[in-house]
Amino acid sequence: MESKNIGWNGKSLKSMLEESEKLLEDKKSYYGIEHLSLKEENPFRYERAYASLRGALVSARETALHVAASPIVTEIGELCFGLYTPEGDSIAVSTGILVHIHTMSEGIKFMIREGYEENPTINQGDIFLNNDPQCGNVHTTDVQTLIPIFWEEELIGWAGGVTHQIDIGGITPGHTLVSSIQRFDDGAYYTCLKIGSNDKIWRDHMISAKKAVRSPMYWELDEKCRLAGNLMIRDAVFEFIEREGIEYYKKFIREAIEEGRQILQKRVKERLIPGRYRASSFMDLPMKHQAWVPLAKENRISNHPLEIIVKEDGKFSVSFDGASAGGANAFNCDKGAMEGGQWVLLTQVLIYGDKVNDGAYYAVEKNYPLGSWANPGDPYLSYQAPWGNLIPAYTAMMKCLSYGLFARGFREEVVPGYGFTGDSIQGGGIFNAGPLKGERWMLSTFEISGQGLGASAVRDGLNWGYAMWNPESDLGDVETWELFQGGIPYLSRKVKPNVAGFGKYRGGGNYGSVAFIANSEKVEFFAGREGLVFHGSGGMHGGYPNSTSYRLQATNTNLAEIFQNKQDYPISDDDTRNGEFERFLEGDIERKPYGTIYPISLHNYDIIHFSESGGPGYGDPLERKLESIKQDLDDGLYTPETVNNVFGVVAKYEKTTKEWEIDVEESTKHREEIKKEREEKSMNFEEFWKYERKKITEGELSEHVNRMYSESLKLSKTWSKEFKEFWKFPEDFQMGGD
Amino acid sequence: MKEDKKTLQRMLDGQLPWEQLKPIIGDHKDPNRFDAIIEILQEKLNWKEPIILPLHEHLYIVSKNGERIVKCDCGYEFGDYRINWKTKCKIRVRDTFEAIEELYPKDMGCDPEWEELREYFCPGCFSLLDVEAVPPGYPVIFNFLPEIDVFYENWLGRKPPDKE
Repeated sequence: MESKNIGWNGKSLKSMLEESEKLLEDKKSYYGIEHLSLKEENPFRYERAYASLRGALVSARETALHVAASPIVTEIGELCFGLYTPEGDSIAVSTGILVHIHTMSEGIKFMIREGYEENPTINQGDIFLNNDPQCGNVHTTDVQTLIPIFWEEELIGWAGGVTHQIDIGGITPGHTLVSSIQRFDDGAYYTCLKIGSNDKIWRDHMISAKKAVRSPMYWELDEKCRLAGNLMIRDAVFEFIEREGIEYYKKFIREAIEEGRQILQKRVKERLIPGRYRASSFMDLPMKHQAWVPLAKENRISNHPLEIIVKEDGKFSVSFDGASAGGANAFNCDKGAMEGGQWVLLTQVLIYGDKVNDGAYYAVEKNYPLGSWANPGDPYLSYQAPWGNLIPAYTAMMKCLSYGLFARGFREEVVPGYGFTGDSIQGGGIFNAGPLKGERWMLSTFEISGQGLGASAVRDGLNWGYAMWNPESDLGDVETWELFQGGIPYLSRKVKPNVAGFGKYRGGGNYGSVAFIANSEKVEFFAGREGLVFHGSGGMHGGYPNSTSYRLQATNTNLAEIFQNKQDYPISDDDTRNGEFERFLEGDIERKPYGTIYPISLHNYDIIHFSESGGPGYGDPLERKLESIKQDLDDGLYTPETVNNVFGVVAKYEKTTKEWEIDVEESTKHREEIKKEREEKSMNFEEFWKYERKKITEGELSEHVNRMYSESLKLSKTWSKEFKEFWKFPEDFQMGGD
Repeated sequence: MKEDKKTLQRMLDGQLPWEQLKPIIGDHKDPNRFDAIIEILQEKLNWKEPIILPLHEHLYIVSKNGERIVKCDCGYEFGDYRINWKTKCKIRVRDTFEAIEELYPKDMGCDPEWEELREYFCPGCFSLLDVEAVPPGYPVIFNFLPEIDVFYENWLGRKPPDKE
């Protein structure tokens, strides 16, 4: 097949990409641009031009989502679109799951580096499909459609769209599979594959792709949704060029990215303080007694140490040096996922509202150490649930930036972290009764898209309204989720007490829900979230982490009888020591202190509890205003026991007014008692140091904590050196068992 | 736009209603904010050492006798700001289920075999300054080490208060 260069002025795409990278390296600016000449010459035209592209992208998303059928896309908008340069750098973005904007950039660059220009060739009307984490994606369930945009004979850009699938055909039903331990468990892989031409998806691809997933109708309509959005973007680019001219377009797209880069540097200088920032988070994966495959039968805790250096020139570096290892589990992240996570948080904390594009990506230096969970370097591992590490790990970035924002005086911008968009209860089954008898249903509740946000330094965190990967988070309506997961109807969704992180300002609160299995057979159920460790890097300036997850389910129940007799059934688990499951149900009730479970079988009238995450708190809880505590009690966000033990507040419920009343005098006294207890039960640093060191030297650490340290020490000389220096260990120190 | 001092004071006290706070979050930031906050904070403190940088809800880097030290609003001094102030704190380690469940309901806190809670208190006033949730044996995290001279001289274009 004969091919000719499709880049600008007869260049190949590969040479354009190389030139772009060299100019960035040499001139320290995007494409070596020194002045934003278009903006300087006519700022109104420039801003109008950007707004027209941005508007086209938002419009494409809002229109295209109606082509899809999956409630994940239509109800809560789990999709986004981006416009890219020929080299694959994002110029402008839609709203939506922006974590994927930079991941698509990596997909385009992969195609360029692999010589797609020659084979399989890139032409107007071609359609490419990608969901490979090795080529920029997060996990296989996020599916990208990319189309090239030509003007006359030259490639002038790419349009890209992502939707999140309900199912990707992996080892079990679901979208984020915790039992996946190798690539071959992850479901269908499309590695930047050409799947269409002349604006049409090839029939052979569609037939094959629909057979690869458990939700073929949603797959087909999602593919059409992404293509429709991309074609709208292409039309908008053509209109732009007809209006502004091709030369303006070519210059404009590069200047817009350089402006994005400059904006981040200016924002850093405006809002942060130069220096070194550090925070750490962790994630548990208790698989020793759960995993099916021998290789995966181990308990793991992963170490996510983050260091940010804000430099004199406003640039900054992000490093996970010291991270523990990847392995035979689903929580491995490839670099593309890490880049996407870092970029999406920057768009929320520092560069919101201006030119949101890959310029911000180029203003940050990154280090994802090879061999760690953040860059395992092994394509045959599973990358099915990288969120398991990525989401907690990037709370540390928010926390680090918050130290700078606080010191600079921008206390309203402080957010120490966010709740885990986890507890994604998943699985599915087959209807064995009713009008859909024989049909498969999927359990993919995406109410995980509404978590508690961390408190700021001037107010409480947002309740049930934040997802780190989608700035337009929305937990959706119960009725919508039941449309496709009808085999597990809800019995309740209500505020769950004590999930919000404690503090002077509390973290966001959240809901707990109860659901039961109905009219179904062959039901698989699993879930993923932290449970044995707290989520993320916790609270800030004396605030506590939000509570951990746990699992609660009842099997072999008398629920059918309860319904028949119109008796009380459980609608919450507000008191874990005296639960409604135990009080109202007969059957096998099981509580597990961890959140991540391998698939189990459930049957009709089995019943489960699940809850979403709160956000971390800010400041000393003893400084929380008494009127705020009263409100917390009235809203059901905390129980009186927590209010007493943590916030030092004495309250009683007034039945006549149906409100809580605070005993001011007793509360003042109790807060003083807690301060006294702090004095009595704390030790000085020297005592603490000896106490903690002994845990390492006298073999008190568990096998999994020991393993975590061993991995971090082996993977990073710097982390190893600091660890040994802190505990005054000799240079040749090794963890026990090494 | 220059921000009103009273509004900032109310914001620091957590008294600003959302209708007033929202535009402060959404609008362009006042370049005078850093100085305005320092002025408000300095007036609230019962001691006179000039604030170089607000570090924490209760802690400040201040200039004292030619040294840059961390000082609590209660007056307790933690020493050189380049040394992690947490190492001067009184520390409580919650590494048993019993101690963790004093705060979190059963199953809603960490398992001490996997992670412990460390509470860092000011030795002067016993305010809770930080909570670390880390595996046992984890080194104390030094969260923030600012480059004070670079900040003042290169970003603000003036000498730090202790070098004026």
